[in-house]
Formats: sequence, structure tokens, C-alpha cells
Amino acid sequence: MSDRSLVSRLMQHDLGSRIFIGVLLLVGLGMPLAHLLLPESSFLHPSTYTLSLVGKYMTYALLAISIDLIWGYCGILSLGHTAFFALGGYAMGMYLMRQIGTRGVYGDPVLPDFMVFLSWESLPWYWQGMDMFWFAMLMVLLVPGLLALVFGWLAFRSRVAGVYFSIITQALTFALMLAFFRNEMGFGGNNGLTDFKDILGYDLQATGTRIGLFMVTALALGLGYLACRWIVGSRFGRVVTAIRDGEGRARFIGYRVEHYKLWLFVFSGVLAGIAGALYVPQVGIINPGEFAPLNAIEAVVWVVVGGRGTLYGAVLGAVLVNYMKTYFTVAWPEAWLYALGTLFVVVTLFLPRGVVGLLEKLRRQKA
Amino acid sequence: MKLPRSLEAFADRSQVFDLVNPAVRSPKLDVSHGTILYLEDITVSFDGFRALNDLTLYVAPGELRCIIGANGAGKTTMMDVITGKTRPDSGTAFFGQSIDLLRLSEPEIAQAGIGRKFQKPTVFPEHTVFENLELAMAGDRRAWKMLCARLTSEQHDRIDEVLALIGLAAQRQAPAGSLSHGQKQWLEIGMLLMQRPALLLVDEPVAGMTPQETERTAELLVSLAGQHTVVVVEHDMDFVRSIARTVTVLHEGSVLAEGNMADVQADPRVVEVYLGEPA
Ligand SMILES: Nc1ncnc2c1ncn2[C@@H]1O[C@H](COP(=O)(O)OP(=O)(O)OP(=O)(O)O)[C@@H](O)[C@H]1O
Ligand SMILES: [Mg+2]
Repeated sequence: MSDRSLVSRLMQHDLGSRIFIGVLLLVGLGMPLAHLLLPESSFLHPSTYTLSLVGKYMTYALLAISIDLIWGYCGILSLGHTAFFALGGYAMGMYLMRQIGTRGVYGDPVLPDFMVFLSWESLPWYWQGMDMFWFAMLMVLLVPGLLALVFGWLAFRSRVAGVYFSIITQALTFALMLAFFRNEMGFGGNNGLTDFKDILGYDLQATGTRIGLFMVTALALGLGYLACRWIVGSRFGRVVTAIRDGEGRARFIGYRVEHYKLWLFVFSGVLAGIAGALYVPQVGIINPGEFAPLNAIEAVVWVVVGGRGTLYGAVLGAVLVNYMKTYFTVAWPEAWLYALGTLFVVVTLFLPRGVVGLLEKLRRQKA
Repeated sequence: MKLPRSLEAFADRSQVFDLVNPAVRSPKLDVSHGTILYLEDITVSFDGFRALNDLTLYVAPGELRCIIGANGAGKTTMMDVITGKTRPDSGTAFFGQSIDLLRLSEPEIAQAGIGRKFQKPTVFPEHTVFENLELAMAGDRRAWKMLCARLTSEQHDRIDEVLALIGLAAQRQAPAGSLSHGQKQWLEIGMLLMQRPALLLVDEPVAGMTPQETERTAELLVSLAGQHTVVVVEHDMDFVRSIARTVTVLHEGSVLAEGNMADVQADPRVVEVYLGEPA
């Protein structure tokens, strides 16, 4: 079966997905082209700042999809998905760190600055190999994936579910945050990893590199989206939603509920890790703050705002809320958390199916 | 949180660790001795209260057995034991000669060929009627296999056949949540049939049904007996009378009487328990 027909089959009877893929193509190709071709004076010329902002939003959108996949379709509410996001980010950050080489402040060819500062003699074992791009990318997938596997196995096997599961995921990301804050962990303590120079030999500040990263992110978001669509459209996906709606029943029918939850959770964790890895080179820093439990809750609010259980709703929510956040943090930073809280309350009270649900209702009324 | 319980299982040294035990591949169902379900001396207590008290019950293959008894007699608890949801304090439960139900998990018991219809209809409301049957279909249930699973034409035919049997062919694309109460009950029976179970446990199928729906259900259950063994728990005496061959009366966790409807109704002990009720 050709890719084309697979893609079109995935989006049959799915207007939301078609709009999403259309917009993504437009943004993913159009913005770089406009940046390169249009004169800077043009109204339509996106600045490098805009480009990296949208790039960042796209990584958030990928994180939101990964949360919606498990929460919207399987009822597993993770309040610790930033753990996977940040771990993917750290794996990428370690690679970027090692690319700095002698250009660091201390000029050590192997050791990153913070290790020289701590007067470490040699690279810890877990930094070995991270100078190789392929190895670091493997870690981007493996580290979040393995954490999700072990954590999920313990939790689902003991039938930890509902709010208990949410609480222990919060604890997980909180514990990781505390650990990564420590200098002895070897991840740069509270400063994290930063001052990156280049990726695969390309200067991170160069326009070409920025555009490349932007397009790779758009591609990852598109592929991640289609993969999730494929999963939820398969019989596996129908089992997963059946588990959401009646776990006991699914078990009686003979499904090993834990396995389904576990594999979905692992895939979701890997997706979040990829999002984190794409986030880091575009914002230029990763620090333990990314593990903050509050961030994890914020990511869940994106999904709530956009509309749970549709995937494209998660994308819309991530973009909308972060656009608001960007606006607030410039115009009125102290008010952001209040605005976020209000938004959450308003949406849960008046838009139980999020913005997407509202749009659908309007469309049906018009028809 | 259920963590302590699994820790408890870990600390329980009256048997070796589960992971060391070789996996019991459920052997083939063996009914050569003319009995498909053996329950012997089953006792279940909840905080000292004996919901089942030395319950002994045998069911023959192809039988349509009705279980009656007052509220709290232990009927649902008995089904919980058979399906692995509740583990008895003592007693044995065998499916055919060779399958020890007390050693199998809930999904393993379902795969061995015991299907259960719950007291409350529990279909998957967001899935269509067709998808509900598809999900219940017998077959490989491993997660990764499901990613690429497609319906073969035989499987399609089987679903259509069951749809016709339960009278929901016209609702195949309707979400199960939109069905009437009676239709949900039939759908659930249909879901059981998709698993081709040897033994069907049906808990109060006609509670809340209209008389017409009740009649349809009676026909359906009677048509299933023979090919399947059916055990029905029901309070509705007219319904029981209309389908029953053999009736078992449960009382306070044990069997009070067993036999055909007329004999059971004439039994003085049954009359006493059902005092005032038109048994
Ligand atoms: N999990 C439990 N914990 C404590 N007591 C229980 C539990 N499950 C059942 N019981 C008790 O065991 C007794 C038998 O219950 P069971 O549900 O088997 O009755 P039943 O015959 O199905 O009744 P009904 O006709 O009302 O459905 C009841 O007194 C009930 O209160
Ligand atoms: Mg009952």
C-alpha cells in the first residue's frame, strides 16, 4: 500500500485531521519560504524570532498529542509527561554540549564547562558516546521509552489507576527535577545545559539551521500525528478506548489491559521525548525547570482547552494557550498563572469538549 | 492504591513465587465425564459473613440451568468465583475435568471459554454495535497483533450472524450507548457469543425489560442451549418457568433444592424460604 493511500485512509471522515495536516503543510513549508524569499520589510516576512517561536509551539503540540493519546483515548491522566519531554531534551542537550569542544569558556576538548568548574577529571560513563549524533538520538528514544516501560509496568501491573496514577506521575517528574538540580548528577545542576554552538556541524544561530530545525519539527509533528491516528484507528485503538470506557469489561473479554496501557504509555513517552529533543536546539537551553510539575499540569490544560480525545484538539490547545502565555509573559507576567487557572475553570465549566467541541457544535448548528 | 496487595502476594510464602511457576497453558476443555462445571464445597466470606457456604453444584454440557434465590443468596458471588473475580476461601472449581479455575486469571478464564453477562449491561457505549462485537471476537488478543488486525470475511460473516441472532442487524452502525436497555442486554449476550464460549453465565438478563423484550430474551437463551451451556440467574419467576429445565435454588450461600420447576416449587423448604412469594 502506498503512503498516499494510507494517509488518506487515516483521515477519511476526519475534517479536523485534514485541516490540521493542511495547516501544518502551509506552516511547515510556507513560513520558511516566506522567510527566505520575502523582503524583511514585507508584512508577511516572518522574523527568525517568529520562526523559532512557532517551532517551539510545534514541539509543545507534539507533547500535547502524546498526552491526549493516553488521556483522551485510554483515560490515563499523566501529570508527569514533562519528565519524558525533559529527558529527551537532556539527551539532545548532552549531544549539543559535546559538540562545543574547545569553544567553551575553559576550552577543554572533552569536558563541558560545568564539569571543569566542578573540577571533574573525566567524563562520567553516561556521557560517553553522546558526542555521536546517532547514539544521542537513540538515547532520545530509549531513555524516555525505558522510563515509561518500567514506571508503567509497575503502575499498571499493580492496577494503579485514576487519580493515584496522576499523583505518582507528579511525584516522578518532581523527583527527577530535584535530582537534576543536584550538581553531582552531572547534568549541569540548576543551570542545566546551554551555550550550544552547532548541530551536525551546522551553526545553531545560522538561518539555514534554524529553518532546517523548523522543518524537521513540522515533519516530526506531522508524522507523530499520523502515527497516533493510525494507532487510534486500528483495532488496537478500539481496544484502548474500550479500556477507557470499561476496563473491567475489557478484562473479562480477555484483553490484557495492562499490556495495552503499557505499550500506549511507552509510545506516548517516546513521543514526548522526541518533542523535548526538538525543543532544546530551538530554545538553546535545557534545565531542571522543564521537569517542574507545574509544566506538566500546564500541558494537560492545553489538551483540556483544545478538546480531549481528538488529537488535533490537543494541537490547537497547545498553540492557543502558548500564544496566550507568550502574550502574557511580555505584557503582564504576574497574571499568567491566574489567567491559566481561569481558562481551565472556564473551559471545564462551559466547554467540556474544549474549543474543538465548540467549533463542532457551531458547525452542526449551521448545517 | 493496590500496591500493598501485590506486596502481600509477594510476601505470602505458602507457595513459590508466581513467576517461578511454569505458566499453565489452559488445557483443552474435557467434558468426557458429562459435566462441564464442577463447584465443590466453595466457601467465600466477606469480613466473616459467608456469602457462599460449602456450595456444591454441577452443570452438564448443553444444559440451560436457572439459578434462583432471594437477594443476597450468593448468586452473583458464585459467578464471581467462576470467572476469577473473587477467590474462594476454600473449595474447588473445575471447568471440565482438567481446567482448574482457581489457578487462572480473569482473562485466562475468559479465553478458556467462559463468558459472563453482568447484572448491569456493560457494553462499550462509544463504540458501534458492530465494533462491540468485533472487540469481543475470539482470537489472538496480543497488543501488537491488534495494530494491524483486519477482519477476514469469515469473521465479518460471524459478526453478521450474531447480529441477526440478537436482532440488532439494523443497529449495526449505531453507538451502543444509544441502544435501549433491552438491546444493550442482547448486545452483551452477542458479545459473549463472539467469544464462542462453551459456558455462558447470564446474571439477571430480563431485569428492567419490557414483556416483549423478556419474551425475545427467553427465545434467545433457549436457542443458545445445546450448542452452549447456559447458566441463568433470574428473579423473574415467570421468565424462569418459561425457559427452565433444571432449577437450582440458592439460599444463604448453599444449594437448598435442585430439580425441575414443578418439583422445586413443591419443595416445602423452598416454599418456606419464598414465603409469600409465588414460587
Ligand atoms: N465485596 C463484598 N464485600 C462484602 N460483602 C459482599 C461483597 N459482595 C457480596 N457481598 C455480600 O454477599 C452476599 C451475597 O451477595 P450476592 O451479590 O452474591 O447476592 P445475589 O444472590 O447476587 O443477590 P441479588 O439477587 O441481590 O443480586 C450479600 O449479602 C452481599 O451483601
Ligand atoms: Mg446478584
